[in-house]
Amino acid sequence: MKANAMSNFEIVTREDFSDVTYLLEVRHPLMSKAAKPGQFVIVMLNEHGERIPLTIADFDIKKGTITLVIQAVGKTTRQMQQECRVGTSLYGMVGPMGIPSPTSHAKKVVCVGGGLGVAPIFPQARGFKQAGAYVIAVLGFRNKDLVFWEDKFKDCCDELILCTNDGSAGMKGMITDGIRVAMEGHSDIDEVVAIGPPVMMKACADATRAAKIKTMVSVNPIMVDGTGMCGGCRVKVGDQVKFACVDGPDFDGHLVDFDDLMLRLSRYTKVEKDAHERWSDSCRMTKQVGASALHELKRGAQKELLELPDPFEEAPGG
Amino acid sequence: MAKKKTIRSIPQERTPMREQDPQVRAKNFEEVACGYSLDDALRESERCLMCPDQPCVSGCPVGINIPGFIQKLGEKNLRGAYDILTDTNLLPSICGRVCPQENQCEGVCTVGDSLEAVAIGRLERFVGDTAIKEGWVNIPYIEPNRFRVGIVGSGPAGMACAADMAKAGCDVTVYEAFHQAGGVLKYGIPDFRLPNEVIDAEINNLKKFGVKFECNTLVGRLFTIEQMLDEMGFHAVFVGVGAGYPTMLNIPGDSLNGVLSANEMLTRCNLMRGRDFPNFDTPQPIGRRVAVVGAGNTAMDATRVSLRLGSEKVYCVYRRSRTEAPARAEEVHHAEQEGVEFHWLTAPVAVLDDGKGNVRGMRCVRMELGEPDDSGRRRPVPVAGSEFDFEADLIIYAIGTNANPIMGQTSKLKLNKWGYIGADENLATSVAGVFAGGDIVTGAATVIEAMGAGRKAARSMKAYLGIRDSALAYSGDGAGTLFGIDMHERNFARVRIA
Repeated sequence: MKANAMSNFEIVTREDFSDVTYLLEVRHPLMSKAAKPGQFVIVMLNEHGERIPLTIADFDIKKGTITLVIQAVGKTTRQMQQECRVGTSLYGMVGPMGIPSPTSHAKKVVCVGGGLGVAPIFPQARGFKQAGAYVIAVLGFRNKDLVFWEDKFKDCCDELILCTNDGSAGMKGMITDGIRVAMEGHSDIDEVVAIGPPVMMKACADATRAAKIKTMVSVNPIMVDGTGMCGGCRVKVGDQVKFACVDGPDFDGHLVDFDDLMLRLSRYTKVEKDAHERWSDSCRMTKQVGASALHELKRGAQKELLELPDPFEEAPGG
Repeated sequence: MAKKKTIRSIPQERTPMREQDPQVRAKNFEEVACGYSLDDALRESERCLMCPDQPCVSGCPVGINIPGFIQKLGEKNLRGAYDILTDTNLLPSICGRVCPQENQCEGVCTVGDSLEAVAIGRLERFVGDTAIKEGWVNIPYIEPNRFRVGIVGSGPAGMACAADMAKAGCDVTVYEAFHQAGGVLKYGIPDFRLPNEVIDAEINNLKKFGVKFECNTLVGRLFTIEQMLDEMGFHAVFVGVGAGYPTMLNIPGDSLNGVLSANEMLTRCNLMRGRDFPNFDTPQPIGRRVAVVGAGNTAMDATRVSLRLGSEKVYCVYRRSRTEAPARAEEVHHAEQEGVEFHWLTAPVAVLDDGKGNVRGMRCVRMELGEPDDSGRRRPVPVAGSEFDFEADLIIYAIGTNANPIMGQTSKLKLNKWGYIGADENLATSVAGVFAGGDIVTGAATVIEAMGAGRKAARSMKAYLGIRDSALAYSGDGAGTLFGIDMHERNFARVRIA
């Protein structure tokens, strides 16, 4: 069945931040009430689709919606970029999943978002602020064209440190440079929360290790069910194995084995690349000759190697 | 008058059931067992002695009136046989395929004392499949009552409980986290044992009873059990979420690329149709040489799915011997026929790395059986110096599961020390109005046990709600009471009987 009585997963807003990053607001009143910072959903685009996890970037109880910010890096996210317009619907969306991030304890917090990680760190920053903490946001993008939600953070945080690799907006530097600025300005930071590509979260954890500041990260392994029954999302945290979907997705960044996480994230790289190529081929072909002649052409079509944004880059931005 | 049947007068041989040839079926996902024809079924029904003891009925976890339905079948009254079956079991096509009959009804069959037991499971399947083909569904007139019942989990326990509560007139909603209903029947049991069409047909039957299925709903996170009772208007809730948290071996190399749990492998293949990649988007890891660790039904499913996905060699590695293997006998037999290589008394020690983070093989040690452990089975002990390596590029762990943690994380339900939901002998939990059954209470078990638990919980829920159950004998009845109500209390006319 496509929809259930509670939501038909209709998309009510669509915003494009760049040609790779886009925002979808999905109507689900019950989920907008239940969602807490740090949680995620699993989405299926259509009946043939795969299940992909996406962090909840915002939730609006008044409007009854939850917001997803997505980077088009593979077949499904590219297809969603093409097909998910206002008024269309997803095939399925389940959540909110994962243990909510605890936001009530820290007095001074640095919320770090790298590239796409800026979106999921937003509800955490807002949550900490609402709980009474002093919030310093550190956001990193490749350049000023990729910056998004700067105002949203300015409205809800006490300080905002914006970094771009090329210095075109904010300070010139990597995310870790921004963290250093925050640490130099404040000696009483209770906690750092960092979300972004694994290589970035690893760097953030390394930057705070010597100062012994508790650093929470939100890991992003491959998932299938998201309810703790397949073990595909298992990560090594210290000497234990945890499932990111039900034991996380937040873990202590100083204990997470990022190398293992990145290794396991790469286990379908070839398959993903092939699927992406096939998808891009079929899009191009459809535009040129129409879907009916597509089949014949596919067989003789030359496959071009497409340049995909590297999801492991430190500050992909989009 | 018919001559009395004796063990010598009935057909001596069990009627064989046509199966796909092992070499052919190891390459397709169609059903292995093709089912009986009408003639086969009639002949096999002849073999039931209609013995007075009826051990088969008590051998069945849900107490199906087996001689009853077999008799109707013998009279060629298939609809009548279906009616009797569905009195106690609304899902005969499923049970007939996946019950371990050799440990239940067929294991205690009187005929089985001297000959091969009557093929009760095959007969049940025949009747169930006929019903699906003919579109029969038994919907008696049901007087609706004012009670709303919520069922968490659309697997066998939830479906069985939903069926009973719907028959009792309640407004039943089943919540399922996945995008399709069916639970382990859908994601765990492959199509060649239990086709998805059969599951969907049974689900449609339930819908005709008025049962509502809401998928894409993760109870505990979207809303809690307490909210169901306090805010959403439910009067009683049944929790049947299963015990799916897979156990890993915790040996070196566990997290290499190419090691997965059987749950993941089967979910990708069965539910997400990874076997039809790229027509379906979910990728399916396929190995040239696959080693499955474990010898339960899940392990058998994993080995046989691997064959069908095109693996050249499929090994089953189990630390005990064949006699201790928990899988259904027919599944082990079918797996052997299809070409799975069994390595009994072999235990994994490490998964070997190819230097780039992928699996290249496994190191194992030979075992021998020592003293029995708590479960009564002889404990295996390693044979010193017997370690050996073999090549493999996909390792699947099918060594058991633990309790799913979400219910414990999100509700006040008391758990036992292993994390399963605590339930008393009536399957009531520590929260009033909440009942639980199936794997989440007992740990990993079988489909029919889950169904039995769903039915048992339904009886308790009816008692809790005050719905009189016409199937139960109330104590004290006969001396001025009916269904436990004092006849002098003239209110009994307004009491609902289900």
